[in-house]
Amino acid sequence: MATLIVLVVLVAVAFWGIGVYNGLIALKNQVANGWKQIDVQLKRRHDLVPNLVNAVKGAMDFERTTLEAVIAARTRAVGATGVKQTARAEGELTQALGRLFALAEAYPALKATGNIAQLQEELTSTENKIGFARQLYNDVATQYNTRQMQFPTNLIAGVAKAAPAELWEIEDATERAVPAVDLSMNKPAT
Amino acid sequence: MSDEANLFAQQEANRRRSTWLVVGFILFFAWVGFGGDLAIGLLTADAPPADYHHVVPVIGILTTLLAGGICWYSWRHGPERVLWATGARELVDPATPEQRQLANVVEEMAIASGLPPPRIWIVPDDDPNAFATGRDAAGASIAVTEGLLRTLSRDELQGVVAHEMAHVQNLDVRLMTLLAAMVGAIALMSDGMGRMLRVGRYTGSGGSGGGGSRGKGGKGSPLALIVLALWLLTLVVAPIVSRILAMAVSRKREYLADATGAQFTRNPMALASALEKLAAAAAPTRAITRGAAHLCIVDPAPGLLSAREGFLADTLASHPPIRQRIIRLEGMGYQRAKREAAGSGS
Repeated sequence: MATLIVLVVLVAVAFWGIGVYNGLIALKNQVANGWKQIDVQLKRRHDLVPNLVNAVKGAMDFERTTLEAVIAARTRAVGATGVKQTARAEGELTQALGRLFALAEAYPALKATGNIAQLQEELTSTENKIGFARQLYNDVATQYNTRQMQFPTNLIAGVAKAAPAELWEIEDATERAVPAVDLSMNKPAT
Repeated sequence: MSDEANLFAQQEANRRRSTWLVVGFILFFAWVGFGGDLAIGLLTADAPPADYHHVVPVIGILTTLLAGGICWYSWRHGPERVLWATGARELVDPATPEQRQLANVVEEMAIASGLPPPRIWIVPDDDPNAFATGRDAAGASIAVTEGLLRTLSRDELQGVVAHEMAHVQNLDVRLMTLLAAMVGAIALMSDGMGRMLRVGRYTGSGGSGGGGSRGKGGKGSPLALIVLALWLLTLVVAPIVSRILAMAVSRKREYLADATGAQFTRNPMALASALEKLAAAAAPTRAITRGAAHLCIVDPAPGLLSAREGFLADTLASHPPIRQRIIRLEGMGYQRAKREAAGSGS
């Protein structure tokens, strides 16, 4: 009788362990998938930036430093690894692009060509997508982190090789404030 | 996680409502058919043996089959028909900057809501409006009018698309599309039956036995008369009731979609200002007929009701008063701003 009870308890514990393990693995994959979503958009952004630089280069020749800052920020962003480093590099790129677009406002001829307006729209959209994908990623990552730290799930976390996922945090207040991108392309030309 | 549970409950409720809608719809058609059979049967029961006796409930069988067919068709092709009725064109290859922007915004909202990107349609109409349709998230469609693209800023467009994605996510689209198809079918049915009845009466009084059998059955047929009266009443009331039902369902869903949409964009003020613009554009959306009115983000034919509050507006309008919606969204925006101010202050 006693052995039977022990057996039943053992089996129950085993099933519980399997369930927890699988739950952790599923979450881990969700986190990886969330990151992949961000990554797709980041790649797209990195591809768009050279186009933008080429499009404005001729007209904004004397804004060299701004253009170079954008190019340098892009290079850093492409080379960044890990969540924290990527987050910082992308934040810098956002700022550099914000400055570039702010300056581009002073060149009506540039906006008139249409090309830059389109690039701006694409970059804005990509930035938004990164933002929304980041939200999704952070939600899942937080869930994953909480789960693996809670008792008694943490007993299984080691077996599932669960390590806390890094959150994509926005570092400072200036980055928190999204650069004001003018979206006047909708309105009739004045 | 309570959000998730809430969403699941919403989807479940919409699935249940859709099922009840289909059941109710078929039952209504069955009553129209079999009720008619019963009335005619009772009326002809006292007729002399040589005359026609209505024994086999042909009409009932036909209408029930018809109702089943309509349900099946609405389920399979409802979304297509709704889009077709508005003359919408699918946006496959965005050409103009406005179209590119729309495609981008829809993609953004698909990411924000975690749903597969829906198909995008443009309705050739100058009045700003938008609606979503579809059976489930995988095959959903979002349609906006040309006027909407012209009128709204990027952020406002995002708010509107988020609102529609919210309808897609909590499966409002399924219920609404089925309702659109069925409200139309009931209106047709009621018209058709009414006409048939009139034709029947003319031929009945024209026949020689008609007057006689009615006079003779004066004693035996109060039941027949009651059934007939009930039946007629159903035919008259059904189109009104079905429309009120559609409006009532839609009205409740709009606040929820506004709130969920604001969660997607995290920018309730954008949707508020979009609604403001939509309300200000007084022209009716001609491309969208009454039957699909409850699908739209704002009432396509705003009468006095959409601006008013009170019992009549509460019962008959397809949408809650726009002012109410804007006030609620502004409340959300205010809460958000306050939270953010507190967050950056600490």
